Amino acid sequence: MNGQHHILSVLVENKFGVLSRVAGLFARRGYNIFSLAVSPTEDDRYSRMTILVDGESAPIEQVTKQLNKLIPVIKISELAAEDAVERELMLVTIKAGQDARSQATELAAIFEAKILDVGYEAMTLMVAGQPDKLDAMTDLLQPFGIVELQRTGRIALPKLSRQPSKLRVVAPRSA
Amino acid sequence: MKLTGAQALIKSLEMEGTEVMFGLPGGAILPVYDPLIESSIRHILVRHEQGAGHMAEGYAHATGRPGVAMVTSGPAATNIVTPLCDAYLDSVPLVVITGQVPLKSIGTDAFQECDTVGITMPVTKHNWLVTDPQDIPRIVREAFHVAMTGRPGPVLVDVPKDVANQIMDWEWPDSVDLPGYKPNVKGHPKQIKDAARLMGEAKRPVIYAGGGMLKARAAEALRELAELTGIPVVTTLMARGVFPDRHELALGMPGMHGNYTAITALQRADLLIALGSRFDDRVTGKVDAFAPDAKIIHVDIDPAELGKVRRPDVPIVGDCRNVIERLVKVVETDRAKREWPDLTPWMAQVRGWQRDFPLQYEQLEDGPLKPQFCIEAICDHTPADTIVAAGVGQHQMWTSQHWRFDHPYTFVNSGGLGTMGFSIPAAIGAKVGRPERMVWSIDGDGCFQMTAQELVTASSERIPIKVGILNNAYLGMVRQWQELFYEERYSEVYLSPDLPDYVKWAEAMGCVGFRVDSPDEVVPTIEKANEIDDRPVVIDFRTDYREKVYPMVPAGASNDDVILGPEIGEGGR
Repeated sequence: MNGQHHILSVLVENKFGVLSRVAGLFARRGYNIFSLAVSPTEDDRYSRMTILVDGESAPIEQVTKQLNKLIPVIKISELAAEDAVERELMLVTIKAGQDARSQATELAAIFEAKILDVGYEAMTLMVAGQPDKLDAMTDLLQPFGIVELQRTGRIALPKLSRQPSKLRVVAPRSA
Repeated sequence: MKLTGAQALIKSLEMEGTEVMFGLPGGAILPVYDPLIESSIRHILVRHEQGAGHMAEGYAHATGRPGVAMVTSGPAATNIVTPLCDAYLDSVPLVVITGQVPLKSIGTDAFQECDTVGITMPVTKHNWLVTDPQDIPRIVREAFHVAMTGRPGPVLVDVPKDVANQIMDWEWPDSVDLPGYKPNVKGHPKQIKDAARLMGEAKRPVIYAGGGMLKARAAEALRELAELTGIPVVTTLMARGVFPDRHELALGMPGMHGNYTAITALQRADLLIALGSRFDDRVTGKVDAFAPDAKIIHVDIDPAELGKVRRPDVPIVGDCRNVIERLVKVVETDRAKREWPDLTPWMAQVRGWQRDFPLQYEQLEDGPLKPQFCIEAICDHTPADTIVAAGVGQHQMWTSQHWRFDHPYTFVNSGGLGTMGFSIPAAIGAKVGRPERMVWSIDGDGCFQMTAQELVTASSERIPIKVGILNNAYLGMVRQWQELFYEERYSEVYLSPDLPDYVKWAEAMGCVGFRVDSPDEVVPTIEKANEIDDRPVVIDFRTDYREKVYPMVPAGASNDDVILGPEIGEGGR
């Protein structure tokens, strides 16, 4: 992915309507979301949103400042691509009848993809990895004929320092 | 103690010190109106929910306390969206309670159902849908906290009817716990030092004070800073009154209809000290051409304002009063250590502009009535601490220009959203909050027709405001733009001076009505109006429709291109 995208890792309160507040803010201020993944964290009071922002649509500083104004937003970390480990999951169904099945299986093995389902005419693969790996696999699957494809959008966490340091755990609420 | 959700809601509002609320009952909010009968809270029954919202805003502007409004679900909630948005753009602390259909009916297109929380999300600082009566005290406490702290703003609490009827165990939370909300009020000491250093180097500095200064209650601190440094002060539309107009360092209002000196001082400055202001397009004109040589110190409690429009050299996140008070101390120390540049040449230049380009209009003795003359007459014949509320348009700009604001919290108007019809309900709210003060609404005939029915509220509740309609029979500001920028092709701007008959309309609403056609009637009528203290008064000033607001910087133009207007005596002036 090119340098205009920024990864924001946003810790939010796990309450209804929070996604709508975040998405609404992006829409009304004209910021483009490239991809968005939301999931609960290890602490069920919070969720983490991993948002890929198109940095061309607005200065990233404004985006984070405006996001920070939302009351349910607890913490925002901006992850530079080189400082983050990023992964994405893809499910893809391709045309693969008897003739093509072994070739597809071979390709799946190269990409460490898993075969989730096999039918007479098609098979469904799952692959996880860095987004460019998913792009590459998509390209190589094109000749088979892609029936359906879905990607989760990327999730990311900061790379760990090799130096000993203090990791801050999200403080549990006192009350 | 067992209470219903409704009782808990009213009790929570009392706990937050609510003395007055503005509202109108209806189906979904019925349970909450019942315990109101026993409450100490004064309820003012409005004639339209928009009025409730603007009254709450006027109350908040005048008192600094949060304005509270309560309305029912559906159309009532949508009617109060305009005041919410208005309050959002002008950072007015507002707590709005709306009724909602029962929880189990939400999402079924029930009668008077609308997605209030969804609709108001973009125009509130935060909003809540209550799903459990047990949460009511906590949510109300959070709502007031969010409305009043940091950058103030409107909040909304949506209360489903069944939640209001359910029983809960009353318990008032002793603190607010919002992990994602921690406004930073204290500016960084190093940044404050940097600010003082820049100020001590500037030869042409200007303080650019915005509405945030009033919210921060920083008028005293500002005066101290200005007098200590001798730096002149411009006050934006939202800041009028925060620095006394009669002060020798006061330059008045900058921006699209600011005076030449205020506009030009910003343009020529080598340092802008932006305090609680947000570089609004109505102030900056063309942003790239705004104050091209100026370094910027920007103080604001909202970090998102710093660098949003113009990148500051010294950004300071903090409460304006807190930051200025500390800045004053740092400046005092710095001035004791080194010589600051002499500002005499700069002030001489400023005085030259003031002398050469004053605001001007001409009221001929037998000529048509000039709106500016009416405003100055009202200002001159009312106490100095009179509160004036304006609507939106020409009359608003003339009021900002020609009223002499010597006290903070005396100008109530709609700046950011530009809401026509704001004035009457806002004036009512201001009078409710400050009953000991005289309150005038300066309104346009277009604005008046949007919310005039609230004068019925004012009459029945004995809220004696005075209204001066500057009746030029036009949507005047639109007419002005059509005259100047659309080759005098007037499209849908004529309103008629006689339809409606404003005097009869006023009388029908329980007010005293006067009509003024000529300049010599102006002062005697104002004096008559001032003597009436048991009901509202409306004066229909028949003003010259040709009069335009000058100076003017056309939309999108640089502030270097101020149109001063025709010479006196020409072009219908």
